[in-house]
Amino acid sequence: MSVVNQGYKGAVLEVHNLSSSYNRKPVLWDIDFRLEAAQLVGIVGPNGSGKTTLLRNIMGLMEADSGYVRLFGKNLNEVREKVSYVPQRESVDWQFPVSVREVVEMGRYRPKNLMKRLGAQDHDLVDQALEKVGMLEYAQRQIGQLSGGQQQRVFLARALAQNADLYLMDEPFVGVDAATEDAILKVLSDLRDQGKTVVIVHHDLQTAYQYFDSMVLLNTRLVAYGPRDKVFTRDYLQEAYGGRLTVLSKLSQVIASSEFPVREKGFKEKSGLGDAAD
Amino acid sequence: MLQISNWWIYDSSLWLVAGGTFLLSVSAAVVGGFTFLQKRSLVGDAVAHSILPGVAIAFLFSGEKDPWWLMLGALISGWLSLILMDYLNKRTKLSNDTAIASVLSVFFGVGILLLTYIQQSASGEQSGLDDFLFGQAAAMRSHDLYIYGGLALVLIAATIAFYKEFKLLSFNPEFAQSIGLPVNFLRILLNSLMVLAIALGIQAVGVVLMAALLITPAAAARNYSDGLRAMLWISALIAGFSAITGTLISFSAPSMPTGPWIVVCLSIIALLSLFLAPGKGMLARMLMQRKHQRKITDENVLKAFYHLGERQGNLAAWYGLKDLEAVRDFEAGVIPKAIRRLLRKGHLLRQSERYQFSRAGLDEARRIVRLHRLWEMYLNQRLRLKADHIHPNAETMEHIISPEIEAQLLEELDYPERDPHQSPIPYRS
Amino acid sequence: MSIEAFYIILTGALVAASSALLGSFLVLRRMAMLGDAISHAVLPGIVVAFLLSGQRESTALLIGAAASGLLATFLIELLHRKARLQEDASIGISFTWLFAIGVLLISTYTGQVDLDQECVLYGEIAYVPLDQVSLGTIWSGPRPLLVSAILFALTLIYLLISFKGLKLLSFNEDHARSLGIRTQVWHFSFMAMVSLVTVLAFEIVGAILIVALLVVPAATAFLWTRSLIPMIVLAVIFGVLSSFGGYYLAVGINGSIAGAMVTVAGLFMLLSVVLMRVLKRS
Repeated sequence: MSVVNQGYKGAVLEVHNLSSSYNRKPVLWDIDFRLEAAQLVGIVGPNGSGKTTLLRNIMGLMEADSGYVRLFGKNLNEVREKVSYVPQRESVDWQFPVSVREVVEMGRYRPKNLMKRLGAQDHDLVDQALEKVGMLEYAQRQIGQLSGGQQQRVFLARALAQNADLYLMDEPFVGVDAATEDAILKVLSDLRDQGKTVVIVHHDLQTAYQYFDSMVLLNTRLVAYGPRDKVFTRDYLQEAYGGRLTVLSKLSQVIASSEFPVREKGFKEKSGLGDAAD
Repeated sequence: MLQISNWWIYDSSLWLVAGGTFLLSVSAAVVGGFTFLQKRSLVGDAVAHSILPGVAIAFLFSGEKDPWWLMLGALISGWLSLILMDYLNKRTKLSNDTAIASVLSVFFGVGILLLTYIQQSASGEQSGLDDFLFGQAAAMRSHDLYIYGGLALVLIAATIAFYKEFKLLSFNPEFAQSIGLPVNFLRILLNSLMVLAIALGIQAVGVVLMAALLITPAAAARNYSDGLRAMLWISALIAGFSAITGTLISFSAPSMPTGPWIVVCLSIIALLSLFLAPGKGMLARMLMQRKHQRKITDENVLKAFYHLGERQGNLAAWYGLKDLEAVRDFEAGVIPKAIRRLLRKGHLLRQSERYQFSRAGLDEARRIVRLHRLWEMYLNQRLRLKADHIHPNAETMEHIISPEIEAQLLEELDYPERDPHQSPIPYRS
Repeated sequence: MSIEAFYIILTGALVAASSALLGSFLVLRRMAMLGDAISHAVLPGIVVAFLLSGQRESTALLIGAAASGLLATFLIELLHRKARLQEDASIGISFTWLFAIGVLLISTYTGQVDLDQECVLYGEIAYVPLDQVSLGTIWSGPRPLLVSAILFALTLIYLLISFKGLKLLSFNEDHARSLGIRTQVWHFSFMAMVSLVTVLAFEIVGAILIVALLVVPAATAFLWTRSLIPMIVLAVIFGVLSSFGGYYLAVGINGSIAGAMVTVAGLFMLLSVVLMRVLKRS
């Protein structure tokens, strides 16, 4: 289906020197990595390690203090149609009066078609997406009547309906039953086999190794990234999950409670001189 | 107007009323401090509006404006609104926000309906019940004032008696429960005190503006203190002052409502506090930011001199401003000011437009360069960031790292000689 | 039904319907209390506009109300973001302050403003038939009726245009933004419409009761329905029924019509809650 993507050379996602804070407290320190196409990537780390913040920064939902992100070598706005974002399930009100089908249709909404009806092609994509996650028979249900696993499937279907090349998902395996977990994984593996890239925020170390092809190990700073066997080592895990970096967290406290700018304005140094020298 | 102002201030009934509104406002502020901390300002607003039908029904029952009946009606309908809001939020799919807005507006609507009904009936003409809408302290009889004032004193005493428990309840209810406090009882008690405070307060400011009496003093006091006790004292002070000022102003002209004046006084103090309070106010924080910005510039200038000296192999040489520009681009116009500050601090010495470190200045420059290079070392070793990525981060952190953090850095990195770019890390000579 | 009663009920129904259309999204977006704040905060702007223009049927009134509504939103944001005050208190302080100023202006300029404290609270829907206007030979009738009919048409058109945008924004704002949709446009246009309803309904049902019409029918409808369009339709029906019921209740006990409308809307809600509880048990 996505021939374009398979032909794509270079990194699907590049994060350059990204630093970001939440409530003035630095959460991400100089994150820097790149991901190749056609794999299942896990962003793994302990609670509060900045996984969600990283995803939100990539999607431009937060403003970074410094650094930038490239998707398919371009700015997000140039490639929006190729990127799909799935927020955490708890981020929406499931009492909201919409049906399963309506939610999945939202995956077809674009800035340009907001004032029009969806076309036949859009409806086909919605049907296919519902079919793939096994929710077609529930299409008319109100979303509040679904189980946690089914709700997560709906979110997945909405993402599939977007027909993107890069999927960014925040904790899609939280609060779902075993059957759904397998089903979701199956769908994601199929996507990977079609040459698409799936990036998943995941907090469970037990399952991370078996799910993902490669991993980004995070704990406010980047601990390691790459193929799972290279990242999933005792040392790296110890570093990510073991004791905190006291100096780093102390400095974060100082920054949060002071009025210091998190980044200096208008900073420029003549290259090859002073501390900028390599 | 002028003639009136000659005598109104000596009016003894004026001071009686002022004393009454003072007590009512202070008691509302004291209880409201907890409402504010529990982030229930809008619940307080809803309860205030919900008291109107209770007051109206009490009047229908008793046939007069008897303070005991009115208090009873107010308490019942205030409590009823609390229970309903809780029910709607927990037992139906309505959100908290919708529950508050629905209860507030429906109770108020019912109150208005009853009020207009009473006014159009025979006995209602003189009821003065619409004083409850905006407060008309001047209309209060002295007998009523004693009752309300007395109740306000009881309220303040009760809050003081349960101060510790309420503090824990507002701050961390789970913990309060875990140490065996009767949390449910305390919650009911605090809610009752809030309803009572609101029922009393509407005598002074009316139902529509009551929320301000409850929470605005606490919001104003917040910026002056971190402690709860001090915050409550300050908010009581602000509320009392506003009550007296507002009452005096409203007495100066006939048919001037008391409530809005008290609320305007309160709000102005609150807005001024939020913007101008030393330390935590908006202005203070902006000034602090400016101070930091200057500190950063000064430190960057010192650092530039140091880099210059390092490259020339002579830290004690005299350099001109032109030389600085070769090392680093500064924003237009900031250098002369920074130089002046550094001269004043004695960090630089001047000789006909050329500059040299003083002893203290050199130490300071060393400190900044040391922090920069130490931090780069830390980023490189602990965060395993590549050497070509660490500079921008260190560029900021060098200005923020405190002496304690520096000591910790030194210990953790074991006093390194050189940074990841192989530049020497300068220590005190 | 006399023609006067018909005019009053129809005006009330149109205002209630417009409110219900927007109120549905206000409830779903959990912004009901922001509606409350705006409805209080427009008062000083309206009074100042009265004082300056000297008449009530003027665009000055709209501009004044919009300006103070905007001031309120700005103040709330400023207190919350810049002065770092918690959100509930930011709302509470801002609207009480502005409303107090409005009341003071009214009582200071009692003689010059054709507006009293009661009108602020209950509106003047009972006087609807007295305020006649004629548009040449095309139509003549009560001015408030014309105003509320235009308001209803505007709201309906707005909702038809922005239905998908509002739905997306209300359900999952982050997802909407990730699709590249400029959610700010939908947010601000929506708030502007809420302010417009508030201002135009102000003289009809009063500043505070408008909140009831925005929130209560929509909340009642939300209890009964599982999809959006039925919810909105039901909210409109509840609003219109409240206008009918309210009129006759008010006439029956000789009280304020606006107050009675809200009372009836509240009764619908109470009945719904009780009924649902009973239905759930059985």
